[in-house]
Amino acid sequence: MSVDSGTHDVATEPSRSEVRDGFDEVTILWISEGMSCDGDTVSLTAAGQPSIEDLVQGLIPGLPKVNLHNKVLSPTLGGEEFLAPYRAAIRGELSPFILVIEGSIPNQNIIQGDGYWTSFGNDEETGQPLTLNWWIDRLAPKAWAVVAAGTCATFGGIHAMAGNPTGSMGLADYLGWDFKSQGALPVVNVPGCPIQPENFMETLVWVLYHAAGAAPPPPLDHMLRPQWLFGKTVHEGCDRAAYYEQADFAKDYTSPKCQVKVGCWGPVVNCNVPKRGWMAGIGGCPNVGGICIGCTMPGFPDAFMPFMDEPAGGSLSSLLIKPYGAFIRRMRGITNAAVNREPKWRHNEPTLTSGYDPYWRA
Amino acid sequence: MTTTEDRAGAAGRKPPEIVDMNWDPITRIIGNLGIYTKIDFANREVVECRSTSSLFRGYSVFMKGKDPRDAGFITSRICGICGDNHTTCSDYAQQMAYGVKPPPLAEHIVNLGEAAEYMFDHTIFQDNLVFVDFCEAMVKATNPGVLARAERTEAPRGHLHGYKTIADIMRAFNPFEGEVYKEALKISRVTREMFCLMEGRHVHPSTLYPGGVGTMPQPSTFTDYLSRLMGILDFVKQAVAMNDDVFDFFYEALPGYEEVGRRRTLLGCWGAWQNPDVCDYRYETMNDWGKAMYVTPGIIVDGKLVTNNLVDINLGMRILLGSSFYEDWVNEQPFVTHDPLGNPVDMRHPWNQTTVPLPQKRDFDSNYSWVMSPRWYDDKTGDHLALDTGGGPLARLWSTALNGLVDTPYIKATGHSVQISLPRSEKLPETTLEWHIPQWSNTIERNRARPYFVAYAAAMALQFVEQSMGLVRAGQTKTFENFEVPDEAIGCGFHEAVRGVLSHHLVIKDKKIANYHPYPPTPWNASPRDSYGTPGPYEDAVQGQPIFEENGPDDFKGVDIMRTVRSFDPCLPCGVHMYLGKGKTLTTQHSPMYGASHG
Repeated sequence: MSVDSGTHDVATEPSRSEVRDGFDEVTILWISEGMSCDGDTVSLTAAGQPSIEDLVQGLIPGLPKVNLHNKVLSPTLGGEEFLAPYRAAIRGELSPFILVIEGSIPNQNIIQGDGYWTSFGNDEETGQPLTLNWWIDRLAPKAWAVVAAGTCATFGGIHAMAGNPTGSMGLADYLGWDFKSQGALPVVNVPGCPIQPENFMETLVWVLYHAAGAAPPPPLDHMLRPQWLFGKTVHEGCDRAAYYEQADFAKDYTSPKCQVKVGCWGPVVNCNVPKRGWMAGIGGCPNVGGICIGCTMPGFPDAFMPFMDEPAGGSLSSLLIKPYGAFIRRMRGITNAAVNREPKWRHNEPTLTSGYDPYWRA
Repeated sequence: MTTTEDRAGAAGRKPPEIVDMNWDPITRIIGNLGIYTKIDFANREVVECRSTSSLFRGYSVFMKGKDPRDAGFITSRICGICGDNHTTCSDYAQQMAYGVKPPPLAEHIVNLGEAAEYMFDHTIFQDNLVFVDFCEAMVKATNPGVLARAERTEAPRGHLHGYKTIADIMRAFNPFEGEVYKEALKISRVTREMFCLMEGRHVHPSTLYPGGVGTMPQPSTFTDYLSRLMGILDFVKQAVAMNDDVFDFFYEALPGYEEVGRRRTLLGCWGAWQNPDVCDYRYETMNDWGKAMYVTPGIIVDGKLVTNNLVDINLGMRILLGSSFYEDWVNEQPFVTHDPLGNPVDMRHPWNQTTVPLPQKRDFDSNYSWVMSPRWYDDKTGDHLALDTGGGPLARLWSTALNGLVDTPYIKATGHSVQISLPRSEKLPETTLEWHIPQWSNTIERNRARPYFVAYAAAMALQFVEQSMGLVRAGQTKTFENFEVPDEAIGCGFHEAVRGVLSHHLVIKDKKIANYHPYPPTPWNASPRDSYGTPGPYEDAVQGQPIFEENGPDDFKGVDIMRTVRSFDPCLPCGVHMYLGKGKTLTTQHSPMYGASHG
């Protein structure tokens, strides 16, 4: 049940540009002042394949030199010194740059008067806060690429939950799903709450290879997610799926078995975490006893709540698999018992019984 | 006004030369924070400070009406660096509301996960965020004289950490280039792997539930954790030695530096790591199991322990407004009039709070922040205390030391200090570190406490691994206890997040969330002036602090102010929001009367 992409065919793009007409240097302007928790920035620092310091130090062959501006990691003391490249980019004095947005985009239009849901720096004239929306309106049209980091920035996420007061949405909802950056790319969505560290770094590295002229644009699906990362479901990569096939379901969270009846949405969620692990192959979600709550999906979180209840479709499919699963489990049990025995010729007796015959000819 | 101390002596003062300086956004913290100051360059001190946060997301608004079991998953998303603290705290509150006690192994697994979180978070924050303010590049830009001295000063603990001079340590902290900076990033990954072994994934856990955990308690789960823990012990021991060397040097090189970020000792600690032998999550017994926690709760005022009773701590909580963008709720119906022991609950208590956001223009003379002003009401004095957490570690160590209750093979509280014993590691021998209650609650001591608490967490983790393995070997591998969501219930969770006090208050009606208010450490630390005019702890700590930076107003960086703000380990998604940056001179005024009215 892998999801088909519905976007362009990579094969039609140059796999490697014969003439390297890309950029030698790219600036990353990262704004985490969306409705965010900075969890995607923090997650990014967990990546080891490659790591952020590898990228910043230029240790990956073929990539442009990267100038990273991110609040959490910035060596500056902050304020205007930190904002300088962002202001320069608005004036058109800094290009090319990749704009990374973290956090959902609030609806400023529902505010009467001068208030703000979130801001980033101040207006130089008035000293009043500049909203995130103000920055996006000015930076996105000038950006060579626009990347949404995390489910909040991609689709709205937890802060766009039913009943929220801020009217929050994803970046493509705000800019338009047909938005194209200066580099002719749509918004590149890397969902996840937070982003799986390596998923994000890998996407960023692909975009940078593309910026260097060494790779085609990253292949994205209809929700603008990298296909090679989000093309399969959680269930397709989950090592508890065999329990499912044998209709052997966990009744509570102490069990090592398949968790679909206690809340796991893995069969219908696009995410690679069980297959990839959380970091360095360690951790995960249903593969280590944590129900999938669908945190990479556009429908997150509302479509998946209450999280600890059985998903609506789960009861029917687990019922259907029952007769097959019970039969298969029994048959496998018999075979398993058989292969758990050693052959009878493995012994310490004076006579060899393995069937060896030195004069045997075909 | 209960907080501000007048540190400005009247004698020998020059006519003030006041410059407005602000840093917005502040970097190397989590979230959005702005710090707005008035600095008197003639007398080299900060005369006024306001802290503002510019992000509102509204968790307590959109959680209403949701299934209470979702609370741990949702509240984790409050923060991208300490979200697991929220899940843990939420599960504590839910366990009280549902009347369920998780199996002992589940408690140890949560404790191990949280220990790894402290080790991860304090390491990345100290070495990759805070220490950049003390690194060679920064000190060269702000205090070249101090750097020159650091080059000549031998590091007293060089035999432990391997760096010859203080300047060598500072070089090792240069961003993206220094040896320790890069090593700390790697350690932050190993400690996150340890975390993921216990809680599934970082920072929003996948395997934590009310009633227990889904983590598979295989022997290898604990072996994998233990081997990683042993692998980082050299780094932990060396970090303490390096930090002590650098911070001792600052006191020495800049006489009077203890005044930077100093405020009255007003510390809060809500306790960490449950002891499953005692904790049953009942409100009625909360005083007993609170005292059995492996970090002891306590409120400390001027060096004295005011209380260590979680019931008292709970009932004293007050959420004040005064400078925040919200409508007041005092005229609403209360949700909880009495606690389960029959004590009256105040209308300004989180159980009774209603959050109604009112976005508006920022005005530093009236409302200027999305952060509210939590205070602790001391019924003996009638003060609404603006407690801080000292960034977390300072209050935790202080409270544990003063209480003298923790007595384990690895950690002993003596009444005036905490002894932390770590076994032999690859390079360094078995080591007992001792953290002593410091003379001041200031910037340096907040920072110094951090690596000591990493050692503390590593030491406790050793105990939790041993206990877990013991249970696994005895076949007690149950990790989850079933429960039912009651029609009506209340619950509260108390936990020490990385940055300090964390509480979650939950009210259930018709099996749904009727009210939910998380209070993380940053609202306490980053709060603006309250309705009594009392400044929040950042404001109070920065206000009146001397300036040691060698630069004048034109190229002033404000490093001492930033050091103070960062010493609290700001986390504005938790607080709601804030910032800082290079000082922008807005106006230069020469008004001799200024100090008289605002000092």
